[in-house]
Amino acid sequence: MLELIVISTLNGLLFGMLLFLLSSGLTVIFSMMGVLNFAHASFYMLGAFFGFQLTKWIGFWPALLLAPLLVGAIGMAVERYGLRNTHKHGHVAELLLTFGLAFAIEEIVAMMWGRSPVDYRVPALLDFPAFTIFSTNYPAYKIFMLAVSILIFIVLLMVLKRTRVGLIVQAALTHPHMVGHLGHNVGRIFMLVFGVGSALAGIAGVIAGPALVTQSDMAAALGPILFVVIVFGGLGSLPGAFIASLVIGLIQTFAVALNGSLASAFGPLDPSAGPSVLTDIWNVTIAQVAPIVPYLLLVIILIVRPMGLMGTRET
Amino acid sequence: MLEVRDLHAYYGKSHILQGVDLDVAAGEVVSLLGRNGVGRSTTVKAIMGEVAPQGTIRFKGKDIAGLPSYRIARLGLGYVPEHRDIFPGLTVRQNLLLGIKDTRRPGKWQLQDMLDMFPNLAARADTPAGVLSGGEKQMLTTCRTLMGDPDLIMIDEPTEGLAPLIVQQVGDLIARIAQAGVAILLVEQKLSIAMKISNRVYVMGHGRVVFEGTPEQLKSNSDVRAQWLEV
Repeated sequence: MLELIVISTLNGLLFGMLLFLLSSGLTVIFSMMGVLNFAHASFYMLGAFFGFQLTKWIGFWPALLLAPLLVGAIGMAVERYGLRNTHKHGHVAELLLTFGLAFAIEEIVAMMWGRSPVDYRVPALLDFPAFTIFSTNYPAYKIFMLAVSILIFIVLLMVLKRTRVGLIVQAALTHPHMVGHLGHNVGRIFMLVFGVGSALAGIAGVIAGPALVTQSDMAAALGPILFVVIVFGGLGSLPGAFIASLVIGLIQTFAVALNGSLASAFGPLDPSAGPSVLTDIWNVTIAQVAPIVPYLLLVIILIVRPMGLMGTRET
Repeated sequence: MLEVRDLHAYYGKSHILQGVDLDVAAGEVVSLLGRNGVGRSTTVKAIMGEVAPQGTIRFKGKDIAGLPSYRIARLGLGYVPEHRDIFPGLTVRQNLLLGIKDTRRPGKWQLQDMLDMFPNLAARADTPAGVLSGGEKQMLTTCRTLMGDPDLIMIDEPTEGLAPLIVQQVGDLIARIAQAGVAILLVEQKLSIAMKISNRVYVMGHGRVVFEGTPEQLKSNSDVRAQWLEV
């Protein structure tokens, strides 16, 4: 049991930090531009596929650097030539643009790499067990993923809190017009933030690709969880996104790992009652309901605290 | 320095500005007076590009109508909006520093000058600006815009909702800005400060300028005051 707790906590933290790499960009983009970027998870997928392809051509380490830069450049182009032109027609138009983009990227990826998973492997350098707890070998690559995400988290925090650009971004989160009146080019800041946000999603894709499955439906699979995270944390709140990412990461990992059911907690139902809906519910394991847990959480938080954990906006 | 000719602006279908003409010369203090809803704030917003302008707006001889607001600001036109848009999560010091447009070119107002001028701001230099009082926020937004070294500063309703003592302080600050040679376009509803420090005043009614003259001329013109200013 202790082993399960330790391993699940590690895995949960890892999944949570990956979610944060994605949700941080998404939530900052939302608070600045008021636009929920439906294509954000697609940038994550592009990161994974670019990572896979570049690893084949030039090796994993250069790919780790190059793939996020490529994804960031695509993100900047989407902001500059897509969203900025759509902006004058209102948020619905922008939303539809990102929505369409998500489908387009999925189809393009499927055309180029097919619909089945590609063979994106952990680099040989990191393909060994880092340590053994009890009887489980914990892979070094997962420790590497955790380290990369924590490193990026720290860099992001320092840039936001300590640099002038970071201060301008923080100011533009709440008062973009005022930032413009002070002579700062808000359009360029938006493009930069969109680019960095996309690049962060790209990094998440490159490092998650070998550990999870790199496949053309991976964006569609992760996207909804991402929205749960930012709504749960409070739209536009970075600290909220951080906490929510970890909470969802841990809950999901633990739920999958636990095999308990009502039957195992309270004993089986009286068999003489015969099979019914109740016996089905009685025997459902926590692992079986794990996929819906985040969405249940979403529903509950929207009822109890619609602005999310740390949100300030009432949208 | 600033020339506005036949300025029109719309909110949706309502025609808010219906041909505004106004001028501010270098170093001049000009007030834009009028009751609520006559288009004073919309005039400065249209100049700043926050509301889409139609007509001619020239600043230092350049046509600025419809330029993005950061370009207008960089030409030397400062704007202090009426809602005292401080950045609440940033400290007072950080707010002031963000007023600087180009950190490589120091302007005539330095951070230390601002803090010396307002001991209240100095005492709270490292607290989040969100906790400041209304008067302190007004000082902060005005000082922040000054940090960008404007040649003309447009200040929208700086005394709104402030206690008489604080209104006096805001008046002193504006007088000090004028002494430094910065031109001022002051948008006000109350006459108190405006009549004391302005070189010229405009009175607006129904989206147009209905009176233009010196404060003395306005004082002696009871018709204009009764029809367009007094409640």
